[in-house]
Amino acid sequence: MSDDLLKVEGLKAYYQMNYFGVRREVRAVDDITMSIRRNEIYGIAGESSSGKTSFIKVLAAAIRPPMRIVDGSVKYEFKGLAVDVATATPEQIEAMRWKHLSYIMQGSMSVLNPIRRIGRTFEDFAARPLGLRGAAFRQRVIGHLERLKLPADVLNAYPHELSGGMRQRVTIGLATVCHPEFIIADEPTTALDVVVQKEVLGLIREIQQDMGSSVVFVTHDMSVHANMTDRVGIIYAGRLVEEGPTRQMFFAPKHPYTAHLVASLPRIGDTAQRPALEGRPPNLAEPPAGCRFHPRCPLAVDKCKTEVPPLVDVANDHRSACWRSADVQPLVAPQAPQAARGVMA
Amino acid sequence: MTTLLDVRDVSKRFTMGGLLSRKVVAAVQDASLSLDVETPEIFTIIGESGSGKTTLARMILGLELPTSGEISFRGKTVSQRVSRQERLDFMANVQPVFQNPFEAFNPLKRIDRYLEATAARFLKLSQRDDLDAAMDGALQKVGLSLVEVRGRYPHELSGGQLQRAAIARALIPNPPLLVADEPVSMVDASLRMSIVNLLKSLRDDFGVSVIYITHDLATAYYISNRLIIMQRGRIVEMGDARTVLDNPEHPYSRLLKASVLSTEDAGAGKLATDPGMVKLAGELVGKAGRLVDRADGRMVRVY
Repeated sequence: MSDDLLKVEGLKAYYQMNYFGVRREVRAVDDITMSIRRNEIYGIAGESSSGKTSFIKVLAAAIRPPMRIVDGSVKYEFKGLAVDVATATPEQIEAMRWKHLSYIMQGSMSVLNPIRRIGRTFEDFAARPLGLRGAAFRQRVIGHLERLKLPADVLNAYPHELSGGMRQRVTIGLATVCHPEFIIADEPTTALDVVVQKEVLGLIREIQQDMGSSVVFVTHDMSVHANMTDRVGIIYAGRLVEEGPTRQMFFAPKHPYTAHLVASLPRIGDTAQRPALEGRPPNLAEPPAGCRFHPRCPLAVDKCKTEVPPLVDVANDHRSACWRSADVQPLVAPQAPQAARGVMA
Repeated sequence: MTTLLDVRDVSKRFTMGGLLSRKVVAAVQDASLSLDVETPEIFTIIGESGSGKTTLARMILGLELPTSGEISFRGKTVSQRVSRQERLDFMANVQPVFQNPFEAFNPLKRIDRYLEATAARFLKLSQRDDLDAAMDGALQKVGLSLVEVRGRYPHELSGGQLQRAAIARALIPNPPLLVADEPVSMVDASLRMSIVNLLKSLRDDFGVSVIYITHDLATAYYISNRLIIMQRGRIVEMGDARTVLDNPEHPYSRLLKASVLSTEDAGAGKLATDPGMVKLAGELVGKAGRLVDRADGRMVRVY
């Protein structure tokens, strides 16, 4: 068994539409090659309409027309099951779902059925993959909820009776009850308040380490990535533009977009002027030629306007797609940890 | 010293349910704050959902009437029971900016029509040239121009541009006060700072005071002069932004600060919050206490 649980190669997933004879193609995922290792949290960062949600949909094997995989492969290597999403049969995908691959979604209120008690929702999702029924199933679920520090009586509650943080913990429980090897977490904390957010993030990390699963964590909030992930990949306009170990991404970024994302984060204790990136994310129906970031890039040269930079190794375990990656300067310097500055840790 | 906005002992209670299952929720309790005319500032209201920050803002905008207490703007009580003209005068002076720019604009109307209607109503302009000049002036302040925006529909602009257009609309009557309710939480990360920097430049270059409502302590520290921290309808700490956030005193403020995810030790995976701190802050919910002054100018609720 190799180190990589998931290998994505040359993946192209387009939305192809044909309205009244007018063909329109949106290249939401355009040639992404990457892999996700066992037992790691891999962060995916990107703005809205960068194609990150489309990419996640492909990973989750939730491909619906008009989206189509045009080229490439998405190969999972689970224990005792190898699946290529691009060619898998519906039976294979069903066998993989929830047991091997699960999903923590953003809006906990829209995930949980409002007119069913939580216990019934657990049955709907997990009874079949677990192959358990009745008391044995309930026992298993209660045991799992205890690990998440949830009382057993949440199973008798309706979703509206729980607070936002509790509900999000229930959806985490739902996604992890079958001990899947691969979990996709799509902005699971965006709707939560800061205090609850930290708690929920801590819980996801804890349970990931407990089970040794791989987690793909999607959010546009770089400060969440800083604290959650082992590696981060940045998606811009349908392409992976940089990936590397989290610490290096923050303190030695090799792509101007990453450098900007990191530098624009304000920090308590620092009131220096923060730069803002001008321009807007490109329209994926007509992306700019060459490097897709060039219209907004402070380092752009003529080459960037015509030639697409490949994603190449720039340091150990660190890849960047930029012609001028050697010239990218980190815009913020690493600082001493907060605790050292007399602030409560 | 003249006060621009004076909020005195304002409370708001909402009643929920029918006759038999009546429940009263105190959304805001005894809030007081005031802004000066002479010193434009960014005044931040920090709180989690359910802390009453949006209710307080709605009362300042005159969209909600306080259950008790009084809000006055330039010495006049903010009220819904006024003549149409008085209401318009007030609206020309206090303008809102909402959270989601995609919801603030009608998707079927061109953006310039919305700006034009605002200019026509508040500035009583009717000549084409005057209207264009007013629109362009406001758009220039936010780093856009009429040429860029004219004829465009909301979906043709990015979230950041649209939020700037929404701020430009609010600036058309040249208001001395903007009330911005979470103006950056729906805007993409790379565009967020352009909005925050814009609010800063409105204060510094155009003398507009801004009431900035947020749950993000980092941007609050970055731009605000003074702030209040609200917990379940009560102001628990109030004072100079830097003084308070550098060294928060109330247990709830300390919990909020400790919950901010820092990027300084990126990759270390530190996510533990001291459970004692959560408990300490939680125990104070519902206790009245009183606000006392501290030597460094802040006010803290003590019990």
